[in-house]
Amino acid sequence: MATVETTPDLGRARARLVRRGVVVTMAAAAVAFALFVVTLMFGSVRLSVAEVLGSLTGLGDDPSVDFIVRDLRMSVAATALLVGAALGISGLLFQKLLANPLASPDFVGVTSGASLFVVTTLVVFPGSGWTLSMMALIGAVVSSALIYLLAWRDGITGFRFILIGIGVAEFFMALTGFLIAKADLFNARAAMTWLVGSVGHAGRTELWALVVVLAIGVPAALVLGRPLRALELGDDAATALGARVEWCRIGLLAVAIVFVGFAVAAAGPIPFVALIAGPIARRMLGPVPGGILAAGFVGAAIVLASDYAAAHLLPTAMPTGVVTGLVGAPYLIWLLIVVNREGRGG
Amino acid sequence: MLAVATDRRVAGIAGLLALLLVAVFFSITQGSREISIVTIWQALTDLDPDSTSQTVVREMRVPRTLIGVTAGMALGLGGTLLQATTRNPLADPGIMGVNAGAAAAIVAVIMLAGVQSLPVYIWFGFLGAGLALVAVYSIASFGREGATPVKLALAGAAVSAGLYSFTSTVVLSNLDALQELRFWQVGSLAGRYYPVFWQTMPFLLVGSVVALFAGRALNGLALGDDVAATLGQNVARTRLLVFGTVAVLCGAAVSACGPIVFLGLAVPHLARALVGTDYRWVLAYSALLAPILFLVADVIGRLAARPGEVQVGVILGILGAPVFIGLVRFSKLAQW
Repeated sequence: MATVETTPDLGRARARLVRRGVVVTMAAAAVAFALFVVTLMFGSVRLSVAEVLGSLTGLGDDPSVDFIVRDLRMSVAATALLVGAALGISGLLFQKLLANPLASPDFVGVTSGASLFVVTTLVVFPGSGWTLSMMALIGAVVSSALIYLLAWRDGITGFRFILIGIGVAEFFMALTGFLIAKADLFNARAAMTWLVGSVGHAGRTELWALVVVLAIGVPAALVLGRPLRALELGDDAATALGARVEWCRIGLLAVAIVFVGFAVAAAGPIPFVALIAGPIARRMLGPVPGGILAAGFVGAAIVLASDYAAAHLLPTAMPTGVVTGLVGAPYLIWLLIVVNREGRGG
Repeated sequence: MLAVATDRRVAGIAGLLALLLVAVFFSITQGSREISIVTIWQALTDLDPDSTSQTVVREMRVPRTLIGVTAGMALGLGGTLLQATTRNPLADPGIMGVNAGAAAAIVAVIMLAGVQSLPVYIWFGFLGAGLALVAVYSIASFGREGATPVKLALAGAAVSAGLYSFTSTVVLSNLDALQELRFWQVGSLAGRYYPVFWQTMPFLLVGSVVALFAGRALNGLALGDDVAATLGQNVARTRLLVFGTVAVLCGAAVSACGPIVFLGLAVPHLARALVGTDYRWVLAYSALLAPILFLVADVIGRLAARPGEVQVGVILGILGAPVFIGLVRFSKLAQW
């Protein structure tokens, strides 16, 4: 005889799940913060945890330590943290909106627009610093708008968006490749370096812009994300339940694209973070809805760890994006195999 | 009725052959340099070794055209084979990781062995391309439904992304690799002379012949694995043979010319639109359509930016993407 779940049982089960969600999210935040501190500890001078924490909280009294932490290393660590968070959240949103765990701004052509605009600036004009960031942002928005418009046919289906995204990406990459071949060796090298993605080159403006964007965007995503749970039931059910499906989608997609745009502006197209942060967060959280904050912390942790590995663990220091790619590809392939086994994702 | 249809198809083949000859003619006579017809005729029949123009024609335009024809044919046939055997209208050798595999192998050999000449590293590109294709298909085949269109596209993207990441690592630490790669990866017929032609020609020709005779087997596969098996076809062995042929054809073509996008994708669709779904005919039409498009794109590239040229890969990328997007958007293809 089946046991009948009474309302108090359901309530207790829900409370347990919600508690798990909170605990996991806080654990992810703790890991991200720990990696942040580790990034500040290492360099040509090794600092201790106490010294770093002292500097961060303003309680330390060693000005040379303060100098190292705040002026030399903070920029890289903060960039890694913020870019990772932005990419992680953006990836999760893309995956939910396109209903495909393999959807990611990297594949779907969003970053290819940023790449084309930046490479054009590096090779043709040439520009640097602030100009590059602006161009990256504009490029990301342009390609996203293009894909959205092309994929729209009484609404968006995930597959069509992804495939058209791949087509648009090929188009922009053909042009990008042409420019890199045409450039002189110096500019070509600069372009190919930028294309790999690195957290070492962000200026103050880009960082503050990212802070502002995250400060506005994360609450917006959380608010818009409530009707999103209804969206997970499918468009028909969601419309019947009163969620304003298309506007909600557009809003969340806009947040996701803005996050990617500013992240790429600060650090270049770091691959794979947007793709894997979401699934990792969701796997840890279990059947709790949402996961935006967790995805952000996981993304930050990934980029911080990758940057540490790229800067200190490789034979020569490499840009961050190289490590995320080498780590991300096997994970993605594993994900494809596992997802395929369960019959989803295709 | 059938006789009429066949007559039309044969007439179509004749028409395409004529178009191919026209394309070859333009490829030899047009270019970033103005060369008169008389000079060209002399170059081919009565060589004057001191004339630069004649050298350009004989040593550069002719091999380039020959490679364009053989590699173009290989890509068209490879694309058709791929689409037929995976029953996936969006299969394209590039999306399947062939280009990324070739790139990774080439930079690896440049870094490890200091090799810098195309005729040498071409062999490694070939190997890399083949291995990548095998990997993509294997990954996408896991699971109940086997290799569906979206799974293949995503597996291809995954393998490509991983390989490009490796390629980036090498390229950022080795300036020679960077210099070679940035030119190779655009996809071009420029700088491909007789050595490249003689190296790739055996593979491209043998592969093309095998492909052209695969029509019957492909028709069987198109009915679905179960029906084909019932009709006595060894599905697994056919697939293996077909994928092997695709690896040879596309591997050789890509390692010679660099990554050429969309040719393998769009040509089979065009062929099917012209001649129906019988793969014996589709293969024949693809074998002729692809080199025509390839050479035309190459000529456009040579004329568009005189005295320089725009690489054929760029022209095809710019023109091919709208075709691909159109296919996805306006046909029933994107409804899985």
